[in-house]
Amino acid sequence: MDLGPARAPSPTIPVTLTVNGRRQQLELAPFVTLLDLLRGDLALTGTKKGCDHGQCGACTVLVNGVRINSCLKFAVSLDGAEITTIEGLGTPDNLHPLQKAFVEHDAYQCGYCTPGQICSAAGLLSEGHAHSREEIRELMSGNLCRCGAYTNIADAIEEVMAADSETTVREAAE
Amino acid sequence: MRQFSYLRPTGISDAVAALAAEPTAQLLAGGTNLVDLMKYDVAQPSAVIDINGLPLKEIETLEDGAYRIGALTTNSQVAYDAGIARDVPLLSSAILAGASPQLRNAATSGGNLSQRTRCYYFYDPSTPCNKREPGSGCSAIGGVNRIHAILGASDACIATHPSDMCVALAALNATVEVTGPTGARTIPFLDFHRLPGDHPERDNTLQTGEIVTGIRVEGGRFAAHHSYLKLRDRLSYAFALVSVAAALDLDGDTILDARVALGGVAHKPWRDPLAEAELSGQPATRDTFEAFASRLLSGAKGQGHNDFKIPMAKKAIVRALMQAASGRPQVQSEKRVREGESL
Ligand SMILES: Cc1cc2nc3c(=O)[nH]c(=O)nc-3n(C[C@H](O)[C@H](O)[C@H](O)COP(=O)(O)OP(=O)(O)OC[C@H]3O[C@@H](n4cnc5c(N)ncnc54)[C@H](O)[C@@H]3O)c2cc1C
Ligand code: SF4
Ligand code: FES
Ligand code: FES
Repeated sequence: MDLGPARAPSPTIPVTLTVNGRRQQLELAPFVTLLDLLRGDLALTGTKKGCDHGQCGACTVLVNGVRINSCLKFAVSLDGAEITTIEGLGTPDNLHPLQKAFVEHDAYQCGYCTPGQICSAAGLLSEGHAHSREEIRELMSGNLCRCGAYTNIADAIEEVMAADSETTVREAAE
Repeated sequence: MRQFSYLRPTGISDAVAALAAEPTAQLLAGGTNLVDLMKYDVAQPSAVIDINGLPLKEIETLEDGAYRIGALTTNSQVAYDAGIARDVPLLSSAILAGASPQLRNAATSGGNLSQRTRCYYFYDPSTPCNKREPGSGCSAIGGVNRIHAILGASDACIATHPSDMCVALAALNATVEVTGPTGARTIPFLDFHRLPGDHPERDNTLQTGEIVTGIRVEGGRFAAHHSYLKLRDRLSYAFALVSVAAALDLDGDTILDARVALGGVAHKPWRDPLAEAELSGQPATRDTFEAFASRLLSGAKGQGHNDFKIPMAKKAIVRALMQAASGRPQVQSEKRVREGESL
């Protein structure tokens, strides 16, 4: 690619991020996306790169609790933020309810989209705008699954959503 | 990606000064369009001015019932704001028809207005494109042009503006508040975006150094009778081939005021205020709406692959107006054509 006249390399910029509960002080070039930072320097390869252009959702992570596409964020623009990736949601011995439900419902085949699906579903649950299966499907439409596991993904999320609202009802009654 | 310098001003005047001083710089808001275009080497800013530290993240209710939406509010924040959802539901609905939840969580109001076309040639620096490189030619004319304009195109460019939010804002006669080196001004929404003419490289009427600070939109008036209908290649997470924002003010079955804006068909949200004015006093019936749709599309011209958009737009206008008239707006999670709605 012709990159035109040479430009001076961008100086690095100090950035503080809390990733999965761990505070990190970083020096980053401004063109580094959050996705490349996670998978590269931070070696958190659970977050996947599908398209790198906002079109698939494989790179979905939670920034201050809100789901976004990490491929379209320059990490320097997130100074002070808290990032949660699939590695921070649960561990193999202590699965997040969504991770457990995805296993139980066989909500994947190759598994490449799964970390993004689960982070997205975690965002969906905390947003609280899905109240029906149709709404789950619409509000999970930012995550493509090349294997077509959509039906089971919706089943898994529906189950966790139902369990969540039961807990809420019980807590309210107590 | 090319090298660029990164600035993070904290005040509006600092951001304006930085942008005015370096016309090859670009503002960074949510990044969902700019970062994408930089990856493709379509956008080549010498500096990126990150405006996320500016105090433009509020939605304010004004005394006259209008809303002022800060430029850095996210698309999700606006769509789900209780006041906007109640008083300006057409805007909420249009936003929720666009992109995906993750993108709407990052995308901002100001960035949505200034997002660039999705013309495939614009995105491919190896092809001629007058919008990307003025004077190089238009690859879409005579090329693959399925997603391109049927209204208001020029010999230089047939691209469309891809936003859903802007279609609703056009129908609602919003105003855009901007601040530049010589102070603040407001731009009526219909004058914010432009037709391509001989200068397709310019999408809007912002002057050098100007920043969008907010959007003002009237509340209440069309809350009862509105609909945002979006037709696309898949059920969600795809740009509009054709979309319609319809808003009616009715007295019984008689139309007092009608507003219709089209998306996906032109370089800017498309409206015809003269045709709308003629709807006043008419009955809100299918016949009225069909005649109106024909008139709205009377100047439409296909480019070959996109000829289908003309009959599609006509049916979409009628359906959206019928939905608005009956008080049953399109629900964005509802993918079936409802009973009595087939065309
Ligand atoms: C896969 C995909 C699908 C999408 N689908 C849809 C869809 O269906 N419907 C739809 O409407 N949109 C869709 N979008 C586009 C999305 O809505 C826009 O990318 C988003 O609104 C841009 O906002 P941002 O804050 O991220 O802008 P940025 O990327 O930060 O900026 C975009 C442009 O606006 C300029 N800018 C930003 N803020 C200001 C300001 N305050 N004043 C002046 N200029 C400013 C920037 O300099 C830049 O040129 C989609 C995007 C992707 C990637
Ligand atoms: S339609 Fe416009 S954006 Fe597309 S190739 Fe032609 S000039 Fe470029
Ligand atoms: S990798 Fe980010 S959306 Fe595909
Ligand atoms: S499980 Fe293979 S892409 Fe979803």
